[in-house]
Formats: sequence, structure tokens, C-alpha cells
Amino acid sequence: MALVLTEEQTMLRDMAKDFFTEQVPVTNLRKLRDEEDDLGFDKDVWAQIVELGFAGILIPEEHGGTAFGPMGLGIVMTEAGRTLAASPLYSTAVLGAGLILAAGSEAQKAALLPKIAAGEMLTALALEETNHHNPVNVAMAAEKSGDGYKLSGEKKFVIDGHIADTLIVVARTGGQTDEAQGLSMFLVDAKAKGVTITRTHMVDSRNAAIVAFDGVEVGADAALGAIGAAYPELENVLDLGRACIAAEMLGGAEAVFDTTLEYLKERKQFGVIIGTFQALKHRAAEMFCELEICRSVVLEALSALDERRNDIPRASSLAKARVGEAARLITNEGVQMHGGIGMTDAVDMGLYLKRARVQAQMLGDSNFHRARYADLGGY
Amino acid sequence: MTALDNFREETRAWLEENCPESMRTPMPEREMPWGGRRAKYPNPDTKVWMDNMASRGWTAPEWPAEYGGGGLSKDEAKVLQEELARINARPALTSFGLWMLGPALLEFASEEQKQKYIREIVNGEIRWCQGYSEPGAGSDLAGLQTKCEDKGDHYLVNGQKVWTSYADQCDMIFCLVRTDTSVKHDGISFLLIDMDNEGVEARPIKLISGASPFCETFLTDVKVPKENLVGELNKGWTIAKRLLEHERSMISGMGMGAGAASMGGMEAVAKENFGTDGDKIADSSIRQAIAEHKMDQQAFGLTLKRASAEAKAGQGMGAAASMFKYYGTEVNKRRFELLLDVMGTQALGWEGEGFDSKELSVTRSWLRSKGNSIEGGTSEVQLNVIAKRVLGLPDA
Repeated sequence: MALVLTEEQTMLRDMAKDFFTEQVPVTNLRKLRDEEDDLGFDKDVWAQIVELGFAGILIPEEHGGTAFGPMGLGIVMTEAGRTLAASPLYSTAVLGAGLILAAGSEAQKAALLPKIAAGEMLTALALEETNHHNPVNVAMAAEKSGDGYKLSGEKKFVIDGHIADTLIVVARTGGQTDEAQGLSMFLVDAKAKGVTITRTHMVDSRNAAIVAFDGVEVGADAALGAIGAAYPELENVLDLGRACIAAEMLGGAEAVFDTTLEYLKERKQFGVIIGTFQALKHRAAEMFCELEICRSVVLEALSALDERRNDIPRASSLAKARVGEAARLITNEGVQMHGGIGMTDAVDMGLYLKRARVQAQMLGDSNFHRARYADLGGY
Repeated sequence: MTALDNFREETRAWLEENCPESMRTPMPEREMPWGGRRAKYPNPDTKVWMDNMASRGWTAPEWPAEYGGGGLSKDEAKVLQEELARINARPALTSFGLWMLGPALLEFASEEQKQKYIREIVNGEIRWCQGYSEPGAGSDLAGLQTKCEDKGDHYLVNGQKVWTSYADQCDMIFCLVRTDTSVKHDGISFLLIDMDNEGVEARPIKLISGASPFCETFLTDVKVPKENLVGELNKGWTIAKRLLEHERSMISGMGMGAGAASMGGMEAVAKENFGTDGDKIADSSIRQAIAEHKMDQQAFGLTLKRASAEAKAGQGMGAAASMFKYYGTEVNKRRFELLLDVMGTQALGWEGEGFDSKELSVTRSWLRSKGNSIEGGTSEVQLNVIAKRVLGLPDA
């Protein structure tokens, strides 16, 4: 188990840290929000991310990627999380590249992966249909139509849905709602006839959309993975996504903790530094312990993915649930310990708080993952 | 074949020859190998196994061979551990000397002291107890008052220690004593006292669990030879703190897996109590609570592993001992509270009919677990240490 970064991974982390701190500070997200940017991300920043090789971090070198693997990707996500960097990293470099790598044919890989690595194609996973993540709760139908399929239904909480060039759509070609069997994945052009994309504005000022499919026709070659049997690959990549969101949440929680700790050391009330109060010291120390625990579970999940171990589901659920809870605690404390100023939009605490709650919902909240962890444990 | 492979082969053969069969079975508490002058061996193999391991210094595999330790490298010690685990060998020696005093002596004691005491610890000849807390000095340990006066050719000690583990069964006590009353931390010395000395009396304390693992120890006009001082006069606090780190690491791992494990796992107990829905525990809130707890346990175990990996890589986690002491003991306490929820009235028997021995042991272990976050520095003290030393938060 690799719970300590290698020299190469440490260099990657330092490079990512420098980049996000200097080029994509929190002010970048504020600007996108305040200017009501149509894209919801900064194209110049994305170009730099591509330049650094982060877009193709999962992708093998033969397809134009940098092949740092899940651990490398998680390291970058943590640093992006520290500054709340808004970019299509998650939707495209994690889920898009991950799904095409896991389920794509050789032709699909050769055609699409180089585009992702080069920043020429953005993807979005259209999966959720209800208010709570549940990857088998899919009613949307893909009916056989000529040589291809006809897609009808509606997807919500599609991260980066309105900026994607290609949608990866999970639809049912068989089986019943709540069954893994019968699920298929399709690559659908976002501009295809019958696709309606409605951007939703969420509390974290990041991108999400509702995507409606009204009899959208796709060819047989649009299928990603086996028809009716796409779930194993999908689930594997969802676990990658969960580990990466946990990594990103960890970065956010670290940033909140660091900022709050500084505040405790400078803010004075009753004529003294508030960090001298034991009521605050103990809570700060508890947060420190929580962060150490979070670092361990994130590294464990990324290692499991790196090493293609058979406990990937368990490790990913552990990371997503455990970091989700810690991020809830730490972002709440961040606001509380800043007092009145923590409630204002002028400081960043609120931005981190909002982002943490959206991240907690992405690919399953703590309840979902505790239940899954119990399932996997046979109880 | 590498040198390490050779070592493994040789170790495996030696263990095969020297570890008695009965020492490869689960260990009942009364057969714990504490060693010492007053040790009784209900199973004679316990003593044989201890002596065999001690003859190679393998009761303390990584301690220097010149003082009787095994002199093994980290890698060799790991191989030994693996080979011991492979045959389910019991520990050959369990002792506060090994876990706490020995490492501190190796760092701070004189050559003569190391030659004498380290060897005795390795061989299990002396059973040690710890004289730290006093009735008026618990969390504020440095407020201790046990007086130690220089009488020329000896020290004279007067005072009272409390929470001395198994003092009534121990041979020697390592004690913090006050040698200067004008200052606090800088007036404390580290002294080794023989429990057979005149004026030493240990009285067991009955705990809420019904057991008496701790004593009050009274020291009245006890004469102690001057060569029993460890380190310099008035410099005992440094040694005390280092030793506490060893103690905290020890306690943080204590009891993990016990209790529920003896019941066949908390999940199984919950299935018996609440029934099942397919494979699932039928009560969903209990099921979630168990999953949450098991996640905490797994996450804690991973963090221990990570700390050890980082230590090897020369990186530090910082005040790791305090964090582990805090988190580990709190998780352990929650585990027993959850087990009470799962077992209902069967976890609340005290003795006699209606409860089997495993159930009664859960009750007692639950009560015992309450001490985990008090002994060796309370949870609150650990949080203070983290706040001060790691987070750099200022003193009031």
C-alpha cells in the first residue's frame, strides 16, 4: 500500500500546488461567478491545465496523455480543491477519460483520448435522474432503432453538462429500474437533434445542467462498452470519480483549516488572541485529527485504484463517506470560528462551505457510501 | 538467496524448535507473560518460551545486542514478526519495561544502568510499574509533590503515587520525584525504586469494572541508592515526556479488536439481535452506525500505517503519538457503546446466571474502556498537546 508519495508524485504535487495557488486562486471563481460567465470556467486556465498535462493525466502516452494514473490525478484534484479551481478536470479528465479508457473500443480510444489530452474535447456524464445518487436507478430508455438506438428521458445534476462537446449517457436497454443489468452507455454529441441542455445555477457557482433527450438517434458505434452490460466498467469509473472528489474535498477542507487556524492566531477579543481559548483549541485539534484521517483514506482509495486492487469499491466508499463527514465538520467550523465575518461573502469560508455540500452529493453522500460499505462487508 | 531469506529460514527453523505447542494457541489473560520475581506460571510453557526468546534477545528484537537485546535490523525484526505471526505465537513477554521504560533508558540512562536494567527487562526478570500520577497531579502531571531529598549517600523519598499499574505484583517502580520545590518542570527527577524497599506499600484500587489493575502506592521514608537516578538531577521531565510518547502509542492500540471480536464480530452479533433482510442487518440505523464505526476503525488503522511509512521515509506526522492516543481511545470507547446498543440487555450483566462469559466480558471491557481516554494523559490533554505543539496555538 502506497501511503507515502514517491519522489515523482511529490514533484507533481508541488507543481500543481504552485500552479493553482498562483494562476487559479479563489478570486478566479469569484470572477466567474460575479461576471455571470457563460461558460462557468476560464478557457485560459483550462489551456494551461492542458499544457501542464493534467487533462491527459490518466491517459496512456500512446494516446497523448501523461499517464500519471489515479494517484497522480488525485494529487492534482486535491490542489485544485484547495483553491476551488473551476475547470472541466472532473468531468473530462476524470470521468470522460476514465470511461473511454475503461469501456471504449480501440477505435474509440484512438479517436477520443488524444482529443481529451489535447483539451479539444470536453465531456459530461449524464447519469443521475433523482435527487440522490443511485447509479442503477436509471429509467431513461435507449430503444433499438434501425442499426442504432433512440434515447428518451431526462438527466439532472450533469456536471459541466452545458459546456460538454460529448455527453456520456447512461440509459437502459433492458432490465428494470434499480437493476444493474440492462444498463448501457452512449456517446452523444451535445448538439445532436433532440438534446436540450439547461444550465442550472447551483450554490457552489460551478457548472451543472439538466439534459433532456427527446428521441435522440445515435448510431451503433455510439455505444460505449457492451450493450446492456456496461455497469461493471461504469461502477469502476464511478469509484475513480468518488476517490477524486474525496481528494478534491480534502483540498478544500485543508484550505479552510489553514485559513481558520491563521485567524485563530490573529483575531483578538476580550483583549486576547482567541486562539488562546481552550474551547477553540480543542476543536482545532480535532479538525487536525480529522484531516490526518482523511489524508489516509484518500491515499488508500487512490492506491487501490493505482494498483487495480479488488477492494476498490470499499476503499472508495470509505474515502467518499469519511471525507464527506470531515468536510462538513470543518467547513461548518470554518464559518463558526470566523464569527460574523464568516457569514459574509467577503471571506472565502462560505464558498468552501457551499462547494463541500455539492461535492458531498456528487456520486453519493455519506449515507449512500456507508450503506454500500455495509453491503460490501456482507452486513 | 539474500541474507534476509537466510535469516527467515533460520528463524523459522529456530521457532519450530523453540516455541512450545501450547504457546501457539490463543492466550487466556491469566497466562499473560509479565515476568518478574513474583511471576507464577499456570502454564510452565510460558516460562520456557520467554526464556528461549530472551536467550536470543528476541523479546526486544531491535534493542542493541550489547545490552541483551536482539540487535536486529528493522527488516530482520519484521521477518521475525511475520514468522511469529505465521505460527500464531503468543508474545513471549509483555511488560511495561519493554513498552515504556526500556526505550527511555536506552536514550537517557548511564552505561552501567543500561547494562543492568535493559538486560533484566529483556530476560523478563524484573516487572516494572510506573509511578507518575499523584492524587494532586493527574492531568497536571508536572505538579507532582513526591519529595526526594539528598541525604548524602542516598535519597530519601516521601509521597504517594496513584494509578500505578499492577504495583502489588511488580518488583520495581520508575518514579517521577520532586528534587526542587522552587521550580515546576525543572525540579523533577527520574528515579528507580525497588518495591521491596522498606516504606513502599501498594494498595489495589477497585474500578467500576470490578477489576483492580491499578494501585495506590505509598512511599514513606524510602531510602534509594544514588545510582538509581536516571539522567541528571532535575532533568527528569524530558525523560518523562519521552516515556509518555511510548505509553500513548501503546494505549492508542489497546483493545482494538477485542470485545466484539470475541463475540464473532459486531455485524454477526447485530444480525442475531435484529434479524436479517437478505444479507443485511434488518435494523438500518444500527447497520449505518456499524458501518460508520468500522470506517473509523479502518481509517484509523490506515493512519497508523501511514505514520509508520512516513517515519521510515524520514517524514514526520508531528505529535503523532497524541493524535493516535486521542483518536484511538475515542474510537475504542465508541465501539463499546455501539456494542451495548447492539447487544441490549445481554451486554449489561454483571455476573452469574443468564449471561455467558463472553457477554460478561463485554460488560467489563466496556467499563474498562472508559479509562482509555483518561490514562496516559486524558483526551483533553492530548488535544492541548496537538493545539500547542502541532498547531502552534498560543498559551493563555
